[in-house]
Amino acid sequence: MALTIHDIKRIAHLARIEINDSEADKTLNKITGILTLIEEMEAVNTTGIIPMSHSQDVVQRLREDVVTATNQRETFQKNAPTVGSGLYLVPQVIE
Amino acid sequence: MINQSLKQLSQMLASKEVSSVEMTQTFLDRIKQYNPDINAYITLDEDKSLAQAKAADGILAAGTATPLTGIPMAQKDIFCAKDWRTTCGSKMLETFIAPYDANVITQFNHAGAVNLGKTNMDEFAMGSSNETSYFGCVNNPWDLTRVPGGSSGGSAAAVAGRLCAAATGTDTGGSIRQPASLCGFTGLKPTYGLVSRYGMIAFASSLDQAGPMAKSAEDCALMMNVMAGFDERDSTSLNHPKEDYTSKLNQPLTGLKVGLPKEYFAEGLDTDVAKVIDNAIAEYKKLGAEFVDISLPNAGLSIPVYYVLAPAEASTNLSRYDGVRYGHRAAEYDDLMDMYMKSRAEGFGDEVKRRILIGTYVLSAGYYDAYYLKAQKIRHLIADDFKAAYKKCDIIMGPTVPSTAFKTGEKTDDPVAMYLQDIYTIATNLAGLPGMSIPAGFSKSSDGKDLPVGLQIIGSYFDEARMLNVGHAYQQVTDWHTAMPEGFA
Repeated sequence: MALTIHDIKRIAHLARIEINDSEADKTLNKITGILTLIEEMEAVNTTGIIPMSHSQDVVQRLREDVVTATNQRETFQKNAPTVGSGLYLVPQVIE
Repeated sequence: MINQSLKQLSQMLASKEVSSVEMTQTFLDRIKQYNPDINAYITLDEDKSLAQAKAADGILAAGTATPLTGIPMAQKDIFCAKDWRTTCGSKMLETFIAPYDANVITQFNHAGAVNLGKTNMDEFAMGSSNETSYFGCVNNPWDLTRVPGGSSGGSAAAVAGRLCAAATGTDTGGSIRQPASLCGFTGLKPTYGLVSRYGMIAFASSLDQAGPMAKSAEDCALMMNVMAGFDERDSTSLNHPKEDYTSKLNQPLTGLKVGLPKEYFAEGLDTDVAKVIDNAIAEYKKLGAEFVDISLPNAGLSIPVYYVLAPAEASTNLSRYDGVRYGHRAAEYDDLMDMYMKSRAEGFGDEVKRRILIGTYVLSAGYYDAYYLKAQKIRHLIADDFKAAYKKCDIIMGPTVPSTAFKTGEKTDDPVAMYLQDIYTIATNLAGLPGMSIPAGFSKSSDGKDLPVGLQIIGSYFDEARMLNVGHAYQQVTDWHTAMPEGFA
């Protein structure tokens, strides 16, 4: 299916990436080439094939619900763009 | 010193011929001298490196050293290393100081190895030329006008230029093996799940795997002894018994059955590269290996499948970069949504954005079955091809990359051409199999430069020790792996 500039802008919005018209236009060209490549998959009959997510026969491991790490808020917040009173600050969301 | 094997360097340290501080200083001096030419390192911290070397000298003096104690290693900037800037090649993480160690870093620290610095890479490991790095491209030591490959391009150039004793890399679609081929050294991508991904910045979690990048198979074996092992902090880590990867190095290859996939020798393979591979095969015949023709009929679908799965997983993984807890935040914005949109638009480079968009698209409502689920099913077919092939052979060989290193800028405008760099390496990631590239010779470029060519060795699951044996046997009768680029001696 051929994508349009409108599609690119919609996808960029879903991905939370700001994009202007000229960037969307350039992106469209390149993504169209990649999607053409991807569409080679269509010709393959995959009826009855089980999807594979891990090469080995593994199950999700469970562990006891115990504390394994100590609080390192101050260390972690050193990397934050803005903090105040130990909280991560963002623009106001709720009026 | 710079061209010695890890074993030799370890012996030099043990015999007090040189201290770890002196050895580390030698490499730091070389980095000062040559890094401006090749841009292999993003972050250096001499004080930290030398402090580790000093501590290693203490361990050596106390007689409790292990094989890598005191050895200066380069770490790909995808691994979080406590108190080191860890950028993943992105503006998004330009100022990020890792608050903890990745498991790979922890293992090297326990072994007493020295962290020489963090190496350059394609942004978030998305690239095959190191040209997508926010910190500039890396130049191939064999020809500075060419790319080193990627995404582990900085580690590759550092190993080839002897700006470290060895390095780490990660491989999602070929990011250890393709640069190993283009820069002429040995690189191993282990079985998926063998090396912990804890603290390794995620790209495509079902494919990402860390591995060694070094001068020889023997060096890689010593590094694997440190890197491999179960880690409960990685949910896909495999509880496989610890192995000594050096134990099989010297086994004879007599009777080894090697499969040659016809799809890896078809149209698209450069004729000079094909010649080098043929010569390597002839050498292996002398060593007693037997060759059989095999087929991987679905291998051609690897690239389409990969470019659904990897971007889909990447778009999910990279959603964590929101400018709130860490990473780049735009200077000006109207509200929370605007802050997300601008921070991500500014923090990510073009290739990363492109892959996030593809991933977002293939996972969006109504397309999941047609793309992601379909790709996972074909992934199963690709893995089954290998399973069938291993009924006929012990190991698979072929070229690592269809051609030698290309000129910087040559493929930047054509993502699809760039993606074809990984045509022979991606299938192993999809199947979760281990793959390795060893130097097998050179091909003359049109402008008269000797450019390295890599031979790919693909093993069955957990067969790393045998692959390293196959690499080591070849390196006992050839000297491609000791060749050094002119100007870096």
